[in-house]
Amino acid sequence: MTVLHTFVILVDDRPGVLSRVASLFRRLNTNITSLTVGRSETAGISRMTIVAAAPEDRAHRILASLYKLEEVREVDDVGRHSAVVRELALLKVAAGVATRSDLFQLAEVFRARVVDLAPDSIMLELTGSASKIEGLVQILEESKYQILEMARTGRMAMRRGHHTSRVMDALSDATSEPGIAAVAAPAQDFLEEAIE
Amino acid sequence: MTNGSELYAHPTRLTGAEALWATLAGEGVRDVFGYPGGAILPAYDALRKFPIRHILVRHEQGATHMADGYARASGRVGVAVATSGPGATNLVTGIANAMLDSVPIVCVTGQVSSKVLGTDAFQEIDITGITMPITKHNYLVSRAEDVAPALRDAFRVAQSGRPGPVLVDITKDAQQGSAIFDFAAAAPAPARRHAPRFNGPGSLAEAVELLRRAERPVILAGQGILHSGAIEQVRTLAERLQIPVASTLLGLTAFPASHPLSLGMMGMHGESWVNHAIQQADVLIACGMRFDDRVTGTLATYAPKAKKIHIEIDPSEINKNVRVDVALIGDLKQVLEAMLPQITRRDGSAWLHAIRTMRGSAAVRDIQQLPDNGHLYAAHVMNDLWRETRGESIVVTDVGQHQMWEAQYYKHDRPRSLITSGGLGTMGFALPAAIGAKIACPEKEVWVIAGDGGFQMTSPELATIAQEDLDINIAVINNGYLGMVRQWQEFFYEKNYQSTPLRSPDFVKLADAHEIPGARVTRRTEVLDAVRAARSRRGAFLIDFRVQQEDSVYPMIPTGAALHEMIRRPAENPLLESAEDA
Ligand SMILES: Cc1ncc(C[n+]2csc(CCOP(=O)(O)OP(=O)(O)O)c2C)c(N)n1
Ligand SMILES: [Mg+2]
Repeated sequence: MTVLHTFVILVDDRPGVLSRVASLFRRLNTNITSLTVGRSETAGISRMTIVAAAPEDRAHRILASLYKLEEVREVDDVGRHSAVVRELALLKVAAGVATRSDLFQLAEVFRARVVDLAPDSIMLELTGSASKIEGLVQILEESKYQILEMARTGRMAMRRGHHTSRVMDALSDATSEPGIAAVAAPAQDFLEEAIE
Repeated sequence: MTNGSELYAHPTRLTGAEALWATLAGEGVRDVFGYPGGAILPAYDALRKFPIRHILVRHEQGATHMADGYARASGRVGVAVATSGPGATNLVTGIANAMLDSVPIVCVTGQVSSKVLGTDAFQEIDITGITMPITKHNYLVSRAEDVAPALRDAFRVAQSGRPGPVLVDITKDAQQGSAIFDFAAAAPAPARRHAPRFNGPGSLAEAVELLRRAERPVILAGQGILHSGAIEQVRTLAERLQIPVASTLLGLTAFPASHPLSLGMMGMHGESWVNHAIQQADVLIACGMRFDDRVTGTLATYAPKAKKIHIEIDPSEINKNVRVDVALIGDLKQVLEAMLPQITRRDGSAWLHAIRTMRGSAAVRDIQQLPDNGHLYAAHVMNDLWRETRGESIVVTDVGQHQMWEAQYYKHDRPRSLITSGGLGTMGFALPAAIGAKIACPEKEVWVIAGDGGFQMTSPELATIAQEDLDINIAVINNGYLGMVRQWQEFFYEKNYQSTPLRSPDFVKLADAHEIPGARVTRRTEVLDAVRAARSRRGAFLIDFRVQQEDSVYPMIPTGAALHEMIRRPAENPLLESAEDA
């Protein structure tokens, strides 16, 4: 069954790393739904979150190949239930004086912030689960607002609770703990998630 | 500068070009295979100052295959050098070959100056981009001070874990610039990776328990045994539990062919009793092999009764093709050393007897006993070669029917004595790979066995053999066809021999043009004389064996069929000798 997988990957912060990582998805003819990269808590280590739809065996193959890259330190396929998954969106919506106040209300319901105001448009900033963002977009469209521009970061994910110890191990030279059984990502359906 | 101790004891200012050779020498490299050009000229200019032998190839693909053959014969890292652009792209096939067969090679390429990177400058090509999926790792070096650290890391990567090819692309200005060379300080950081979180099921204790209860176990021996240096441990395991050993093509020399427990090659062209033994096994213990499709046949029916134990250094191989019951990830030798103290002797005679029965009369496989019907079969050549060299030669095979016949008829008792292209199946591999093997092991006898097709893909390397005055014996198995493809056309395409008949030059004359002597053999009675002539002569020798043209390799499991569903030699064909013929 093809489901969305969220890979969290810690990599050396060097030229070409993104290309090596992305190339593995390309080799399996797998589309990347979203991809974010930024620095991690450790100097010289970047953290990527890559979301891709793939059947279980292909997701495993991606995970297994990612481990073979020299510059990859740690890979995790985090399931939705065990992780906090967030995304940030900027939406520029056409709005004149007449329609502004309606939009402000809508923004409040979604806990979006108004970050720019121009005579004929406003810009909203929204952070949350993908489904929350989809929800706002849907409502805007159904209410006949015109979205002039949209920028989304794609998902970022972090496991809940005290998970970092494993990551710390990966970054130090500590001898590895004995094998941990496969962590299968539970089926995810972000669109069903209620608006938070 | 050739005074090693000085250079390695004190940090010294060197050009990037000098640092390149100094680092290679520091890593223990004595021979490199290469071809010069503009972007690598600064490096070539500095070469004379270092104790490194450079073998000038005739095509850069040859350089990678030589480095590959060098590595496989010796266990040391092979090195290939090329210029930018076309020199670099010519390496690609050889790099891919080393990738699929897990051979540790380091390729060094020149690159245009860093100032013009990305401008389509003359002979600029993005070789790190091109080789990204066919190397374990690659480096683009654009500063002199990065040359030594990048190269040292390249040697670490090439040899660590599952070995493989690495490429280091060095810009011309990095070669020309200078920096302090400090060999010790350039040492790579120790590997720091965490164990993957998808380690397979099971434990050592479970593996031991499975083996203890096994009634029909089979060891599947792969090339990983050679890489890990676990030959003794595998042998001990086999002998203590009386487990028969089936080998992959690349694992054939990891277990002595003359050992009573040796079954020989499994898979597509394996003997029927070998594949039947695997299909009937109740426990398979896979050692350093990856369940390639050429050895499993269709996965749905592969060894259905067997519990599978997989000992493998590359976690990504676990459960890739075949679902296993116990996966032990790690260096094979270490895993077996942990396992062996818990393994006690066991009587395996019933199972061995059952296999012997399946094997039947062909257990004594002596094609010399067959009446001479006038035809020369490739199998005769292999068999005579094996007898005459007492199985002690390094044999380097190309890709095709002759490769399979060699695997069936030449009994290898010595580790690393068969060098062949398995995963990529690269025609043209044999001749250059043999050059690499001979340079690595000058004291060993080396035979090339190549088809008339594959030989012509890299035959210009005859000139390299002549120039370096190498004692390499060459057997061209000349059947007038791209034989293996013709065989598929015969079996699966209604004998439509489209584009497989092959006209060739007179190979003896071709050798003669390189001042390499040779002989043509058309009859079985002439084989031994020619082989003896080649062996007794110091220097290269080529034999053009004109063999039966439409012979096929039997048995054969068609792709997609189960391991026990094989095509056998038709009865009306003049028999070679095979159990399944009976
Ligand atoms: C570079 C390359 N091109 C094509 C093939 C496909 N191929 C596999 S075997 C073979 C025929 C080899 O013919 P020959 O070298 O004469 O050996 P034979 O099978 O006749 O012993 C071909 C074309 C290949 N393996 N490698
Ligand atoms: Mg041929």
